[in-house]
Amino acid sequence: MQHAIDISVTVNGERVQARVEPRTHLIDFLRETLDLTGSHAGCEHGVCGACSILVDGQMVRGCLMLAVQADGASVQTIEGLTESGAIAALQEAFVARNALQCGFCTPGMLVAAAELLRAHPAPTREQVREGISGNYCRCTGYHAIVDAVIDAAATMRKG
Amino acid sequence: MKPAPFAYARAKSLDDVFDKLDAHGDQARLLAGGQSLIATLNLRLSTPSLLLDINGLAELRGIKVESNTLRIGALTRHAELGADPLVARHAPLLAEAVPHIAHAAIRNRGTIGGSVAFADPAAELPACMLALEATIVAQGRGGERRIAADDFFKGLYETDLRDGELIVALEIPLPAAGQRSALIELARRHGDYAIVGLAALVRPGVARLAWFGVGGTPLRSLLAEAAFAHGDLAAAQDALAQDLDPPGDLHGPPQFRLHLARVLLGRAFAKLKG
Repeated sequence: MQHAIDISVTVNGERVQARVEPRTHLIDFLRETLDLTGSHAGCEHGVCGACSILVDGQMVRGCLMLAVQADGASVQTIEGLTESGAIAALQEAFVARNALQCGFCTPGMLVAAAELLRAHPAPTREQVREGISGNYCRCTGYHAIVDAVIDAAATMRKG
Repeated sequence: MKPAPFAYARAKSLDDVFDKLDAHGDQARLLAGGQSLIATLNLRLSTPSLLLDINGLAELRGIKVESNTLRIGALTRHAELGADPLVARHAPLLAEAVPHIAHAAIRNRGTIGGSVAFADPAAELPACMLALEATIVAQGRGGERRIAADDFFKGLYETDLRDGELIVALEIPLPAAGQRSALIELARRHGDYAIVGLAALVRPGVARLAWFGVGGTPLRSLLAEAAFAHGDLAAAQDALAQDLDPPGDLHGPPQFRLHLARVLLGRAFAKLKG
């Protein structure tokens, strides 16, 4: 291990101390060291969006950020977002609308959809398509995902 | 893919950056937003021995108006650029460009200094620097060096930056009276690199047309600019055949890009007329 570095990260509200190799991606640290395998590693060069997570409340690509860079940060994975209920309306709408088939893209898709709805609580279909444009789905053809996000937005507005 | 092993250090100051760049030379890479760099590391297109993280350097942050310029710190992230009121007021072209840059997750990390230093010929911000007559403020151990955007982009991913230098800020002249700007691009999908893009700035008697995705660098079209400045769109569109020599690729042959450039110029003309 080359010059391993000690980091302290808050993951889903829990403080974690670890020693990481500099080249370890944040997504691999979460999946392989912390066993939080909900967020997926897909293309590993920032194109597919499957590894989307929140760092200090902002969506990032977990494969374009190193674990050492998360030192001192607060990270939320799909597990944390699920547990807190933050994306419950989206998750229910994804099920109701069949917005997934194999499910590989879904954790990242949910993070992207949640980030979109924070900025645009009542998005148009066009805005939803833009919001998920960085997340690839090879099963659904996207229509069902757009339907689900629109439905979830309506549910969330009703509170 | 996983990167090859490298050492990692957080720069404590600009002097620390210069020391480490001196010590490691070509083997060190500066890590800003990392949205291009980490992808190239993952693909092992780049295998530095040291990654020097400059994200902690407060002196590279912040956006402010100083006398007649808008000074944008190199570490300003795209999302910050797009949301900043000073940018919206004094350099609306940049605010207009931000939604076209990749996707939200990338915009939350990528930086303006990184984008300009990387100099991707199909990227929005380098072309905006040309259109806006920006000055690239570089710093090395010997001090500050100010480079006009027109002199900065030298070739494919090649800039005027020297060994041991980094970009600390971008300076943009405050808009002149009657100045307007527009950014438009054509891409297959939202967030893709543009097939052809145009950052345009006009004010009475002047037009600066900066293109991206049409060559090895962002570039201006001087003949078209002269005609455009006189309000002669048809002549400007004709002149593009002399100004631009776009490459052919998977998207189509050179004539296809040239056609799209003419189309974009027409749209920009309509937009800038108001």
